[in-house]
Amino acid sequence: MAKIEKGSWVEIKQVVLQPEERAQNLPEDTKQTPYVMRMSGFLTADAELGDTVTIRSLIGREHEGTLVTLNPSYSHSFGPTMAELLHIGIDEEAK
Amino acid sequence: MSQRDNSYAAVMARSNEIMKASVGMDYDDYVISPIAFDYERMMHDTGYTHAEIVKIQSETKVGNTPLFELKRLTEAVRKISEPGKGARILLKDEAANASGSFKARRAALSVFEAARKGFKGVVAATSGNYGAAVASQANQRDLKCIVIQEVFDSRGVGQPEIIEKGRKCEAYGAEVIKLTVGPELFYIHLLTLEQTGFFNASLYTPFGIRGVETLGTEIAEEVRIRYGKDPDAVIITHAGGGNLTGTARGLLAAGADKTRIVACSVDLSGLHMASDTDFNKKSFTTGHTGFGVPFATWPDRADVPRNAARSMRYMDEYQLVTQGEVFFVTELLTKLEGIERGPAGNTSLTAAITMARQMDRDQIVVVQETEYTGAGKHHNSQLSFARENGIKVYVGDPAENVPGKTIVLPERLDQVRGKAQDLESLKLSYLRNAARRHPVQAWTDEDISFLAQDIKSTPEWVRANLPTD
Ligand SMILES: Cc1ncc(COP(=O)(O)O)c(C=O)c1O
Repeated sequence: MAKIEKGSWVEIKQVVLQPEERAQNLPEDTKQTPYVMRMSGFLTADAELGDTVTIRSLIGREHEGTLVTLNPSYSHSFGPTMAELLHIGIDEEAK
Repeated sequence: MSQRDNSYAAVMARSNEIMKASVGMDYDDYVISPIAFDYERMMHDTGYTHAEIVKIQSETKVGNTPLFELKRLTEAVRKISEPGKGARILLKDEAANASGSFKARRAALSVFEAARKGFKGVVAATSGNYGAAVASQANQRDLKCIVIQEVFDSRGVGQPEIIEKGRKCEAYGAEVIKLTVGPELFYIHLLTLEQTGFFNASLYTPFGIRGVETLGTEIAEEVRIRYGKDPDAVIITHAGGGNLTGTARGLLAAGADKTRIVACSVDLSGLHMASDTDFNKKSFTTGHTGFGVPFATWPDRADVPRNAARSMRYMDEYQLVTQGEVFFVTELLTKLEGIERGPAGNTSLTAAITMARQMDRDQIVVVQETEYTGAGKHHNSQLSFARENGIKVYVGDPAENVPGKTIVLPERLDQVRGKAQDLESLKLSYLRNAARRHPVQAWTDEDISFLAQDIKSTPEWVRANLPTD
């Protein structure tokens, strides 16, 4: 696997609580899943995906976790056009 | 050196001491009983005058936002109303605050207080807008910021609006801790406060709520100058209740004591807020009944020992709207009024349409906020995501909306009807919640007087409606 260089912007993942360690009174579906954290930061040493690594966050704190993504990005968008919305406020009857 | 025990149980058990250190105030000073406390003294002890809050906020690009008259929308409502009906609709453009929402008012005073007390950073646990607000304010006061956010389900999927809110926090340079669904967010919050020694910029401290008061005062003052009277009703999107509490307190401080205070939430009844599968079946991330009803009927479920946001103290009415109605109105605002704005303000705008229709033409109804919009935080993003997740989206009768199953966009404005929630049953539910914390048999006169004030009622009414498990 390719080496990811120290200083790269990456994302880590960490299981914070196993299902059996979680809070009481959770709905059935949630109860069966672990409580998971993700966070982005700068890698503090060369590593590969899947390694346990340390990152330095934007405010300089260090966090440990499994390296899951190189260069995590935001790709949320306006989504595919919902034609239903286009008629609103234009068609006489939809005013 | 001995290691602290950071297990879930151990950290939760240290909750009180962590809170004390991180808010810089001792809630025990105000406690009267397990349910009652001296709310007004707690608010007063923040120590800031109204003028000081205005000044602090103006230093960091907060407040003094425009108040627009929505002329074409008012006209459209008048067309579908009975003769003589159709109140004037005004909109307070809170998107103009730094970070794009009224939450900047709430963050401004907290962050100022954190800096004044010498904290090096601030921590906020939030669904998003507030995180961006705290991060934006922290930048301007040279403090570090950590935002703790519930972002995704167990598949790692988050809905577009939540992702956008997280992006905005990170854009301001905050450390964003992104979590899966669950109340254990509070555990991470406590742990983070303890590890960093940062200030707890909770949404629910007296500083946060007092910061919102300027919003109510600005509305009262400007409506008086422009229309020569007080607003007849102010509609306020309600989740945790701080928006309503602060705005209502500001209106009252300005002497607008006849103005009707109307809460509004998107009806998401039937969806469980801590459910991993329901998480992405809702198309609103705040301003909905999943927060609104629990917080109105028992405010002391927040991340501080006593919540300064107590909406039932001030509320005269509580309107519900459907997801489809809000999306329809969002689109109308864009097309008729020429402004694009985000979901939270459009929620109260939707209720305002229903109310304006029933009110007289010479009356004034104020929608007290807008929020920013953009990729993710947009009705097209949310609707297309809903469709991808199996929600049926169609045009029809909004009465067919079923949270988590269908989103029905009205065909015409006269189908935007919303519905009023019965306030009396919310008050009864509040009393039952109080009884769960402290048995009715132990309630003193002082408790009853606190409870009455806390739900804008009388001790006689409370006595006549004591819960009997
Ligand atoms: C823009 C906006 N408006 C309204 C609300 C609701 O405010 P509150 O939680 O104080 O009731 C929120 C809170 O999540 C918000 O971000």
